[in-house]
Amino acid sequence: MAIAWRRDVDAVLSEAKAQGRNVLLDFSAAPT
Amino acid sequence: MTENFLAARINVREQPDEWRRFGERYGVQWTPTIVILDPSGTERHRIEGFLPADDFLAQLALGLAHSAFARQQFGEAERRFREVVERFPGSDAAPEALYWAGVARYKATNDPSALEQTAQAFAQRYQDSSWAKKASVWRKPPQTSGVEGRPRA
Repeated sequence: MAIAWRRDVDAVLSEAKAQGRNVLLDFSAAPT
Repeated sequence: MTENFLAARINVREQPDEWRRFGERYGVQWTPTIVILDPSGTERHRIEGFLPADDFLAQLALGLAHSAFARQQFGEAERRFREVVERFPGSDAAPEALYWAGVARYKATNDPSALEQTAQAFAQRYQDSSWAKKASVWRKPPQTSGVEGRPRA
């Protein structure tokens, strides 16, 4: 399962509200 | 399932400002932590620590179901809870989903038999789970004839 992770959290939250969608918010310490 | 979500990741080493701001907002104490937010940004479910793929997917599905339930979309919530049980029957999420599926049906119909049926379902599976214990209060008391067990004169 490929997840399109984004880093712009504020924009994601705004879009989720506008589109009525849920949000996965991942807090990670893994090297990128 | 991912079409149901927008996904954002905060790397605590590379994004210290976001980590402080959102980590504090959602009370995150450990990584990895994934919080599932409803469209208003309210937390509805949380996954802390690593999980194998199937358990992870089951938790995501459970989070979607909890989000629908919290928004009082009980029909959708029940469908999603039952989907967790059907697709991931061996996951830790399954007994929790079975419990909440019964609650969602009850909320949608106001029919107490939804809870009794859930208790009966726990007699068949997940008997050792904490969710079976919680559902046990919904069991219908056994019918007695009023004759058996009557003390003899």
